[in-house]
Amino acid sequence: MRHLTQFINSLFLAELFKGLSVTGKYLFKKKITVQYPEEKTPQSFRFRGLHALRRYANGEERCIACKLCEAICPALAISIESEERKDGTRRTKSYDIDLTKCIFCGFCEESCPVDSIVETRIFEYHGEERGDLLMTKEKLLAVGDKYEQQIAADRAQDAPYR
Amino acid sequence: MLDLILSIYEIPVINILVKIIVILVPLLLTVAYFTYAERKIIGYMQVRIGPNRVGPRGWLQPIADAMKLMFKEIIFPSGANKVLFTIAPTLAIATALAAWAVIPFGSEMVLADLNVALLYILAMTSIGVYGVILAGWSSNSKYAIMSTLRTAAQVVSYEIAMGFALVGVVMAARSLNIGEIVEGQSGSIWGWYMWPLLPLFFIYFISGVAETNRAPFDVAEGESEIVAGFHVEYSGILFAIFFLAEYANMILISIMAALLFMGGWLSPFEGVGFLGLGSSFLAASSIVWLLAKTAIFMFLFLWFRATFPRYRYDQIMRLGWKVFIPVTIVWIYVIGIMYYMQIAPWFIKG
Repeated sequence: MRHLTQFINSLFLAELFKGLSVTGKYLFKKKITVQYPEEKTPQSFRFRGLHALRRYANGEERCIACKLCEAICPALAISIESEERKDGTRRTKSYDIDLTKCIFCGFCEESCPVDSIVETRIFEYHGEERGDLLMTKEKLLAVGDKYEQQIAADRAQDAPYR
Repeated sequence: MLDLILSIYEIPVINILVKIIVILVPLLLTVAYFTYAERKIIGYMQVRIGPNRVGPRGWLQPIADAMKLMFKEIIFPSGANKVLFTIAPTLAIATALAAWAVIPFGSEMVLADLNVALLYILAMTSIGVYGVILAGWSSNSKYAIMSTLRTAAQVVSYEIAMGFALVGVVMAARSLNIGEIVEGQSGSIWGWYMWPLLPLFFIYFISGVAETNRAPFDVAEGESEIVAGFHVEYSGILFAIFFLAEYANMILISIMAALLFMGGWLSPFEGVGFLGLGSSFLAASSIVWLLAKTAIFMFLFLWFRATFPRYRYDQIMRLGWKVFIPVTIVWIYVIGIMYYMQIAPWFIKG
């Protein structure tokens, strides 16, 4: 009996019609496409985009050249050189992130004891020349200065979950 | 001036050329917008919106695609046979377009009123397969040759089933002339051959899908296994010509299904007593009905592609040889019996 129903089902293409009805229904469903440049999806405050180096409110850079981020970076994208500044504190001489290597895992931000290196919400950037995506200390600090308000607000929002 | 134009039009060569242009230009435009419709409809079925950037709502997309392909470089693989490599797409498009010569668009609107039109169309679509086979062979590429072998086997098997399905139509209409086949279906919607020949109708259309190498029978292209099949090595306008031929063939299969099984240009309201529809303008035969019916089948092609995963090769062969061919042969006997019983309105001795 089972074989007979199976035979009849396959002869009259029952399952094919079932499949057609599914796609036929979806033809009239609401479309979920997000038309990117005009429309954007909502972003989390934990979004991991372009990196930035932050400063304290008095203008002093946060980074103390502990090199934890360099150590943890799985893609070896960060390279830091440190020196003793005139006031005797340890600071970075250079702080480079190669964005072409970076995998945006966020470990550098996690490892930072002073919340210096952070990943911002910025993801719409590009490089036109070789080296444009090699973020130097100056570039990172500039990003941090420009978006400090947003960065601080995002960290504050995330704080209760830490 | 008008007399001059009319007298020029009377010259047979000019006359035929004008008719060819009147058929081909709308056909090629349809092909262009069929590709657009395909991308839109499949997109909609996948809850996307499809192309919408080039021109208002993406209407200029096919034009942009054509321009792009025209200006791209044609690359001849170093191991390819250049002559055959260029002949292959020519063969594909020439036969795909030549088949349209005998397609009637109305009781008087036909370029070549052949008495063996059905045979001619079968011949043309069969020769068109040589385009695919030559393309695969002359490319001198392993994927292309594999696709060629698949196409050859598949098309040969499905041509038998398709031929038998058409034999049913010919038996019912007692003519190979498409115009006469359509006239044989007049009277009312119940006179259409799709009712007595329902299994053949399904088999004809599914074989048509297989003949044109469309999903779910597109093992010849098989992106996931053999990259793009017979046209891997083709680029630029040569590739576009294959594309054009494939879509022209799809439209041909659709219009044939409409003509042979669904009454062509006959109105579905013909002979309906209800609300006087049978005597209103809706009941008049017109090319609009033919095009509407064709559009249904063209939509089915796209619907199938959006729905079905590709058949496995042995499943295709099984379906063709062990299902379709026996069913068609049995149904040909059934038609014979129906003739013997003189079943109205199709099988009355005239």
